[in-house]
Amino acid sequence: MLEVCSVTKYYQGQAVFSKLDLTVGQGRFHVLLGPSGCGKSTLFDGLTGVFPLDGGRLLWKGEPLADLRLHAAYMQQKDLLLPWFSLLDNALLPAKTSGRDMKAAKDEACRLFERLGLKGYESHGAHQVSGGMRQRCALVRTLMFDRDLVLLDEPLSALDAITRQSLQSLLLMLQTEFKKTILMITHDIEEALLLADEIHLMSARPMAVSRHYVLSSPKPRKFNDPDLMAVKAQVLDQLEGGLSRESH
Amino acid sequence: MNRINFPAALLVALILGAWEAGVRLLSLPVFILPPPSRIIWTALVRAPDIFPHALVTFSEILLGLGLAVATAIPLSIAMFAKPSLEKAFSPFLVASQAIPVFALAPLLVVWLGYGMASKVFMAWIIIFFPISVSLLEGFKSCDPEFRVLFRLMGASFFNTLTLLYWPWALPRFFAGLRVGVGVAGIGAVIGEWVGAQKGLGFLMIQSNARLQTDLVFAAILWLTAMGLALWHFTGILETIIIKWKKEI
Repeated sequence: MLEVCSVTKYYQGQAVFSKLDLTVGQGRFHVLLGPSGCGKSTLFDGLTGVFPLDGGRLLWKGEPLADLRLHAAYMQQKDLLLPWFSLLDNALLPAKTSGRDMKAAKDEACRLFERLGLKGYESHGAHQVSGGMRQRCALVRTLMFDRDLVLLDEPLSALDAITRQSLQSLLLMLQTEFKKTILMITHDIEEALLLADEIHLMSARPMAVSRHYVLSSPKPRKFNDPDLMAVKAQVLDQLEGGLSRESH
Repeated sequence: MNRINFPAALLVALILGAWEAGVRLLSLPVFILPPPSRIIWTALVRAPDIFPHALVTFSEILLGLGLAVATAIPLSIAMFAKPSLEKAFSPFLVASQAIPVFALAPLLVVWLGYGMASKVFMAWIIIFFPISVSLLEGFKSCDPEFRVLFRLMGASFFNTLTLLYWPWALPRFFAGLRVGVGVAGIGAVIGEWVGAQKGLGFLMIQSNARLQTDLVFAAILWLTAMGLALWHFTGILETIIIKWKKEI
């Protein structure tokens, strides 16, 4: 579905990533796992056209394109809910800005509110609900983009452990129920193991894919799955190896 | 919101008390400095005479405010949308504040006549700057992450303006409006001093020439009351329009 071919980005003369390759298959849940500050978010910014890439190209279903602006939905760590709108109006923003039929969009958003456990909170303001509910609303808004690819930039990292666990199942729902292709950034190994079909382990700057793991265990997964434990040990080994190399 | 500002009320009471006591102890003639009690008395008893003048000045202030808001909003939007326009207009905006309004008043009376137009224009010159600059800064202060979100939604500039930038900038707009309301009377009164047949400025000049100092102060008192009322009204308007501000 998406091929990232030899993309390069420099910042103040230093390569953030250089000739980076990534292939994202349709319907798959891909996770970019790596240390903080290695350039994962910069890659997303480049892919979405926030700033231009300095080299490489993107292929979308085999066709070249400049950026994913009109092809991907993007959900960030911050929920980015506007305080002057209700939760429902926030979720309807993609429909409002794209000129969709508002009645149909509202019906769809209401269905999603019900599905994601927000029914009854449609008219609440963002300040009136918990962090977990705000992220659910951001998730509804992400679905309202109505795009095949969803980019998730550490969407759960600001939440407490219990809320995060309940929202992980919703992220999984994006793939299983809404048939989205997902590319998610995280530095939480267990989150990656629970959700991903493929984990791309990223190295420190200049960022590159240091290892690629394909996870075939059925979902939903449990932490005590021996296959996952084995991958976790390998990932930790790899990350610790990377850190010790950096410190030398 | 506190209905009564007790520290300010106490300070005013102290100043007025000291003024009253000083004038009486020193036996100052009324035409040099009338005591506050005399000013308040004159402001109330001569209200039928003062009111028509106050109405003219109030109308000039309101028209100046309306004109300033009506011109500052589109100009700020244009300058925000096109930074080259901001570069072009900025020197003129600054110059409009650098030139003393006293210097312009006689010219405006010559060009626009002794009627209301010259006073409205004077008020406009003074009010326009704080409103347009505050609004422009409000637009610019928008969180870049929200801009990215709207960009990814494929929102047009108009959509982004109405759904994001405008509500985002509203608190700054009202801050500018409050400053404008506070100084609006200056422009109108200066215009009336230079050449008018009605208005509180005209009444002040007339009364001063007749050594009716208490009436001069009474006119100032009316002008102050008008300014405070407008300032308070702006605050109420802000609370009504930016409901979400007090809730976040």
